[in-house]
Amino acid sequence: MRIVLLVSLHLSMALVSSDKPSVRKRQTAMKDTEDSEEDSGETLKRTLRAQRQRRRRKLLEQSSVKESQHDDEDEEEVSAVQDQSVKEEPAEKTVALRPPSGSRRGYSLKPLPVSSSQKLDTFVTRHLEEKLRAARFKGESLQQEKEVSADPASRLQSLRGRDRVTRFDRETDSVKAEEDDVSVALSARVKFKEAAKRVNQGLPTANEAYNFFTFNFEPEPAEETEELRRKKRKQKETTEKDRDEDEGEEPEEDDKEDSQDPNENQSEETRLVPTEEDLFIIDQSARDFLEVKKAEYVGVKKRAARDSELLFTPSFRKAPTSVKLPENVKPRFIEDEGLYVGKRPSVSFTNETILENRLLKMEEGLEWFGDDGRILALPDPIKESSTRPPLFSMEGDLNPAIQTVFRKAQKSKYAADPEGDYQLDVEVFGLVFSHHPLFSREHVLASRLCQLYHQYLTRQQNNLTGHLTDKLNGLRNALGNMMKIHREESLTLSLQQRISEYSLEVRDTRQLRDSEQEKDRTLLKNIIKVWKEIKALREFQKFTNTPYKLLLRKENVDPASDQQEYEEEIQAEVMELEAEKEEDYQRSLAEYRKQLEEWKLWRKKQKAKRKKKKKKKKSQKLEDTTEDEDEEQEGSELEGPEDGPPKPQPPERPDFDAIEQQVKEKASKIRRKPGEAVLIPVLSASGNITDSELCPRVEVSRRQEVLRHSLFIKILCNDKKVSKTDSRPLGTDFRVHFGQIFNLRIITCPQSINLQVFEDTGSSSSLLAQVFVPAPEPSVVTGSASLEDFEFSSNQRVMFDHEGVGSDVPLSFEADGSNKVVLLTSGKLTCGVSWGVGDDDVPLAPSASQHPGVKHSGLGHLDAVTSIGASGLYDMKKIGEWAKQSRLDPNDPKNASIMQLLKVASSGEVTAPEYFRLEHLQEEFNFVTDEELDNSRRFRLLRLRNQGVKEFRNYKFIPALENEISDKVFQEYERRLKDGETVDTREHLDSHRALVAKYLQKIQESVMNRLLFAKHRFLLSDLVVEEEIPSIGNKVPVLLKAEKLDSLEHPRQNVRERDRADVNHMLKILGINLFKLTEPKRPLKPQRKERKKVTAQNLSDGDVKLLVNIIRAYDIPVRRPQSDKAGQSSQPAIHGSDWYLNQVQVRPFVEVSFQRTVLQTTTADGPNPSWNEELQLPFSAPNGDYSTSNLQSVKDEVFINIFDEMLHETGVNDKERGPSIHTQVEKHWLGSVRIPFSTIYSQSRIDGTFKVNTPAVLLGYSKERSHGANSGYDLLRSVSEGAFITLFITIEPQLVPGEPVREKFDSQEHERLLQAAEKFERKAAKRYPDRPCITTVIDLNGKTVFITRYIRPLNPPPEFLEAFPNNPQEATTLVARFVSLIPSLPDQVSFSGVCDLWTTCNQFLTLLAGDEEEHAVLLCNYFLSLGKRAWLIIGTAIPEGSTAYVLTHEQSRYLIWNPSSGQFYGQYDTFCPLQAVGCLVDADNVWFNIQEYASPMRMSFDVSKRKLWKPFFSGSFPHPGLSSVQPEELVYSRTDEAAAAELQDRIEKTLKDKIMEWRPRHPTRWNRYCNTTLKQFLPKLEQSRGQDVAEGHRHELQRLLGDYRISGFPLHMSFSEIRPVIEAVYSTGVHNIQGSNVEFALAVLCSSMCVMCP
Amino acid sequence: MATSNPSVFLLTVNGQIEGADFPEYDNLYCKYCYVYGHDWAITTGLEEGITQITCKSSLSQTLVWNFPLETSFKSTNPSGWPQLVVSVYGPDVFGNDVVRGYGATHVPITPGQHTRTIPMFVPEPTWKLQKLTGWLLGRRPEYTDPKVVAQGEGREVTRVRSQGFVTVSFHITTKDMKKMGYDTGPCNLQTAASVDQPCTF
Repeated sequence: MRIVLLVSLHLSMALVSSDKPSVRKRQTAMKDTEDSEEDSGETLKRTLRAQRQRRRRKLLEQSSVKESQHDDEDEEEVSAVQDQSVKEEPAEKTVALRPPSGSRRGYSLKPLPVSSSQKLDTFVTRHLEEKLRAARFKGESLQQEKEVSADPASRLQSLRGRDRVTRFDRETDSVKAEEDDVSVALSARVKFKEAAKRVNQGLPTANEAYNFFTFNFEPEPAEETEELRRKKRKQKETTEKDRDEDEGEEPEEDDKEDSQDPNENQSEETRLVPTEEDLFIIDQSARDFLEVKKAEYVGVKKRAARDSELLFTPSFRKAPTSVKLPENVKPRFIEDEGLYVGKRPSVSFTNETILENRLLKMEEGLEWFGDDGRILALPDPIKESSTRPPLFSMEGDLNPAIQTVFRKAQKSKYAADPEGDYQLDVEVFGLVFSHHPLFSREHVLASRLCQLYHQYLTRQQNNLTGHLTDKLNGLRNALGNMMKIHREESLTLSLQQRISEYSLEVRDTRQLRDSEQEKDRTLLKNIIKVWKEIKALREFQKFTNTPYKLLLRKENVDPASDQQEYEEEIQAEVMELEAEKEEDYQRSLAEYRKQLEEWKLWRKKQKAKRKKKKKKKKSQKLEDTTEDEDEEQEGSELEGPEDGPPKPQPPERPDFDAIEQQVKEKASKIRRKPGEAVLIPVLSASGNITDSELCPRVEVSRRQEVLRHSLFIKILCNDKKVSKTDSRPLGTDFRVHFGQIFNLRIITCPQSINLQVFEDTGSSSSLLAQVFVPAPEPSVVTGSASLEDFEFSSNQRVMFDHEGVGSDVPLSFEADGSNKVVLLTSGKLTCGVSWGVGDDDVPLAPSASQHPGVKHSGLGHLDAVTSIGASGLYDMKKIGEWAKQSRLDPNDPKNASIMQLLKVASSGEVTAPEYFRLEHLQEEFNFVTDEELDNSRRFRLLRLRNQGVKEFRNYKFIPALENEISDKVFQEYERRLKDGETVDTREHLDSHRALVAKYLQKIQESVMNRLLFAKHRFLLSDLVVEEEIPSIGNKVPVLLKAEKLDSLEHPRQNVRERDRADVNHMLKILGINLFKLTEPKRPLKPQRKERKKVTAQNLSDGDVKLLVNIIRAYDIPVRRPQSDKAGQSSQPAIHGSDWYLNQVQVRPFVEVSFQRTVLQTTTADGPNPSWNEELQLPFSAPNGDYSTSNLQSVKDEVFINIFDEMLHETGVNDKERGPSIHTQVEKHWLGSVRIPFSTIYSQSRIDGTFKVNTPAVLLGYSKERSHGANSGYDLLRSVSEGAFITLFITIEPQLVPGEPVREKFDSQEHERLLQAAEKFERKAAKRYPDRPCITTVIDLNGKTVFITRYIRPLNPPPEFLEAFPNNPQEATTLVARFVSLIPSLPDQVSFSGVCDLWTTCNQFLTLLAGDEEEHAVLLCNYFLSLGKRAWLIIGTAIPEGSTAYVLTHEQSRYLIWNPSSGQFYGQYDTFCPLQAVGCLVDADNVWFNIQEYASPMRMSFDVSKRKLWKPFFSGSFPHPGLSSVQPEELVYSRTDEAAAAELQDRIEKTLKDKIMEWRPRHPTRWNRYCNTTLKQFLPKLEQSRGQDVAEGHRHELQRLLGDYRISGFPLHMSFSEIRPVIEAVYSTGVHNIQGSNVEFALAVLCSSMCVMCP
Repeated sequence: MATSNPSVFLLTVNGQIEGADFPEYDNLYCKYCYVYGHDWAITTGLEEGITQITCKSSLSQTLVWNFPLETSFKSTNPSGWPQLVVSVYGPDVFGNDVVRGYGATHVPITPGQHTRTIPMFVPEPTWKLQKLTGWLLGRRPEYTDPKVVAQGEGREVTRVRSQGFVTVSFHITTKDMKKMGYDTGPCNLQTAASVDQPCTF
């Protein structure tokens, strides 16, 4: 009885403990079921309950009796039962979730009936009411309790938690399992029965009894109401709760007994399926038992102990390293060993130790520790900074630069290419293994036999032996014939040659044939041998595996004829060999004789020597010995010391008998014996294979294994799997037939076609081998293509324990196991690859060009070559040579293809280039041929423009089409090129000048070339404008030059150096600039600000203007009273002061003309006018090129002409309109100032007072000073004479003047000197940036020369000295005038201004052109020669800018000479153009001005004062004795007067033409009389050297010209070219006189001074 | 006008300088000019121009000019293809007008619509001290000519710092280019359309 109770308890416990939280849910579910099945199930339930109650009562009675006895048994039984009960629980759960069907319940009820139950009825009724009351009360209270807090169970939760969780997980699984497993249900039922049987065996304990009674409150069915049922249900809950308490202990006990159970059971739980019975029992009976127990308290210690068993709390303490490493291993720190170890991610120490301890606890935890005892960790993957740049995303907008852009999908170009649609047909026919691991021994032999037989067949087919035999016979016949024919006659050399060739051929052929025969023979032998082995093996193993059979067919031959043939053959061979041997012998004999001869000769010499010796020793000796003996003797004597050539040995005579023997031996070895039948092996596969039944077990297993194998082939195209064949079984004959064709549609020619052979052995497949098939030629199309065999092999090692021999395993056929062979799996794959054919019979093959093989053209043909062993010979010529050398038989079919090839090659169709080219693709890149490039006008134009040729540099719009370019474009350029060859005398008027001009041009070109490189170098200042630091910006150009020379070499270093040097300056500037911030915007005293400079190349026509500011003028010549007669002019004083009052002295205005643009000022009055006007003249550069170099070479000059405006009133000529006055305005030229544009450009502004060049004779004007000596100013002015004009000229916008050359010139000067010079210049520039200092200059060859080398006394032309022998002063002025008359040509013009070239004096005189420096040097040298103390002044002057003057010291005063004008000034002359003095140079030294002032007026020229002048050479650095670059003496020659006269005529004519040309609308009349008069007059002027002409001259002229009202002037200028003369005449504006009755007169005098010829 | 043998081809550039992205600066204006080779000439339109000053609004941080570009070029030779040079200026903290960036881009060669984002840069002062003085005095280094940025020669001597972007959109039309043998259009659409067979294996 008691046991039943316990069992049911267990079941219910399992139910509850499995899913505590779901208890209530289940109950609700049950409630649902009950509700839904109220009608059907209710009655059943009631009956059941009644039965149970009865049973319990009975049980109680029994239990009370047996309680004590059965305690132990109980427990055992319980434990036994528990396994099952636990197993059942998931099933119960599932059932709980679904309503049990009534029929099942009915079924499950049946085994339950208990016979004794009826007895308990009375007992039950007696206690019913009482129980009900108690239970009701208790249930209610419990329910309340539970509602407040689901407490009762909570106490046990910690203990059951684990189980519950695991079981809960299984719940769903069991749902499935439940349905089908009936057997388990059966077993459960059995178990229940067992339990029921035990009922009688024991009594319940008091406790249980109490439970029993308290729980048994089942009401009578009649009393049952809905309300009651509800209560009952509540009670059910409470009972369950209470039961939980009970069970809490029991499972624990169970756990102790068999702690493994739950785990084991868990795995099986899914299998279990509920039985309705059990469920039913639990469902109903669980609430019947209620145990009331006092709350169990588990002690803290006990619980902790229990916890410690179950729980693990990792310690925070660091585990010792030794624990973390395997035993006896020391920690190893890789980092210390120098290896890189990434940074570990940062983990807090405690976390790390926790983790470590946790890992240590694990079984395989040690794996997580590295060698250093720390946890393994990858390097920290987190970067310090983000790799993605920060986005400037504003209001969510992405930066446009990183915005994604939508691009339309494009078709692949392949797809777009219709050509790229090809079809490749790959046919995989089959596969034959030549060896396979599953081969039996017999198979191995059989396959060997097959191979040999195949080889035999091939050889038979080729019949090489027969072929060679035929050839041999043919050769022998030919040779025999030749010998026969020519036996009588003497053999010619060529014939001998042929014969020897033939015999050589015969020998070679024979050898070849012999070897072939031998091969044939051995092959045959081998075949037979293998066949014998097979037979032996078959015999031995008693079964056959292979069907092969070898038959040897005998072909009998006639023994006699055979014997004869054999003999003949041998004889022939013997004869040949004999002949060869004989030949060899003869050859070696001849060799021997030759050597012997030599040896004898040497011997004789020796003998002669020795004889001489002997003769000295012994007077004579009898020669009783033979010569030979003598020789022998001597030889032996001499050999030792003198080491002569050894005596040659005579060759042995060949043994002909031995030859025959050899031949016979050989023949017997390699040839069929005479009379022996010819054996022809025939291999057939007609044999029978022994059935498996008859075979031994090993063989059977092998055959079974074979059957399991199957093979398939994967097809890979360009390493991509394309397709796969079906899997075919491996046949017993190891052949596999596939016979599949795969059509590959491809777009490009495949790089590789790969067939992979896979072997499939049941479950797995393995790659056996790969076969690479070449892509077929485009001509190979399906249908015409043949199948090819590709061999493959695999080095896989396979071994079997059966008859299969395996692969890569040593195998022996010998009995003793020797002679092992290792066989590898190998075989042949038969397949074909070809191009498919389209619908329209077009091969779907790529074009030949796409084919990869085509690149190596002819490779396919050359395969023939490779086949005969000449691989790698791709050079046709070499092949030809090789063919010749190796005597290829042209008739051999094997050689047919190569012969064909050679034929083609020799016919010249294929020629290999004989040259080697580095860039062989260059031609591909040429877009037109060179010829086309040269011929095309357009390309020529483009190229010329790119080269920067002057004419085309700025050529715009080169037409796109060839025919739009006319040849005219090139005319000018071509003419210029031609001009380089011939000198155009017409242009230049003077052949010498022309030559000079040409020379200059050449120099210019060379300098330009030299500078082209430098021109493309940019400095920062060229590109970037920034706040400059004045100390750098204001440095004199010299310094800049020096620095830039440096900077080219060490730009960085230089910058740093400068940086350091200028820090102080910068600080100053900063201070000043900051101060500037506070200064007023419009200061009271405004200062001229630097204008922004404009880089010249960005300009265009019209951008640039020349601003000429004409301020005032002094001392303009005044009009001479227009006296009618010359005589009257003699008394001007008579008129007195009223003349001045009435007469306008002069009405001057200024006309500025530049580039044929003429502007004029307003007219002012008086000789000292003040205009203060600004004139703007446009400037346009030649060719529209505003580059610096081009601007510098602009030769245009600005003419500033002063005119007098004269008004003539003509009478009335219009009668109808009454009296009117016509005023005619005339302008009379008074003087001019010329300023070259290059000067303005390089100076950027010109500001100052200039002397006006007035003609010596100004007809109608007098240079009388303004009257009245009342002005103190006049005193000053009296020093110099002439008119002056104050000007300010500049260019708007300011153009950047050309940079000095940034190139270091080589030099012959000593390095030390150069360094000193550089240092000197730099120091000077640093201290006085505005004073020019020059120590080294560049000569015409582009070399740096020290300046003092230019100074040397040089003789002036002798006639100057002769002219004034007594008056040195006169001679001096004459010399100065001579120098000044040499035309001036600024370097900047001639050499593009990039550098200042100094010519020596003789070069200068040869060129007849030079700038101020050359003039100054020449003048200085002349002065020195005249015995004066003279120096070169390097300084600044107006308008030239930086220039050179000459200083002389005469009679305690210093004179400053302007070499270009020949004028001299005193030191204190106000109008001296020299503004500042930088340094003085003489032949020995250079002095730099370190005085306070640089103006000549305020300084001392005493160079001996060290405080005022800093010498270059001083005590510390003495003058090294520099030799002069000047010649010792200048040689002059008289000019050709006739040439001068001719030139004069030509100039006159040209000028007249020009004047007429300028007056296109008026007739120009020339007054001949006046002309002649003027001509007479001019020489006088010249004689007076431009000085004031005596009054008499003027009078004379006036007298001569008589009544003419004249205005005229002489022009006086140095001549270099005609153009400046024309310009000068034009600028005077003579031609503009419009008077109708004007007559012109013009005279030219060309006065030649001296022309020097060095 | 439609001659079969043209001697020049025409390139019409329409578009606009849309705006700029200078995160740190405001109140900027932009100057533009074209740089082109010898064989090019502008037939109509402005060769250079200057935009209005624009400032950022509180809503949008980009500067918007929307300054139209309408220029036609004619040429005989694609060498020296026009480049658009833009330079952006604006006041600094002291109110001095300083340059904020230079940039250049080739006018797109293919006809159609294009958007170009031109990264801008400014020259750096040679020395730190100059940087300071330049900042104080509002005289930063500038190119002698903005057109410098369109050429490669001599740039190695300068040091620049990048600064902002300018976005320009172009609408390009060409005439007669193909007739003269210059095909700048996208790959032939006709052939691409006609062949659309998939490639199969």
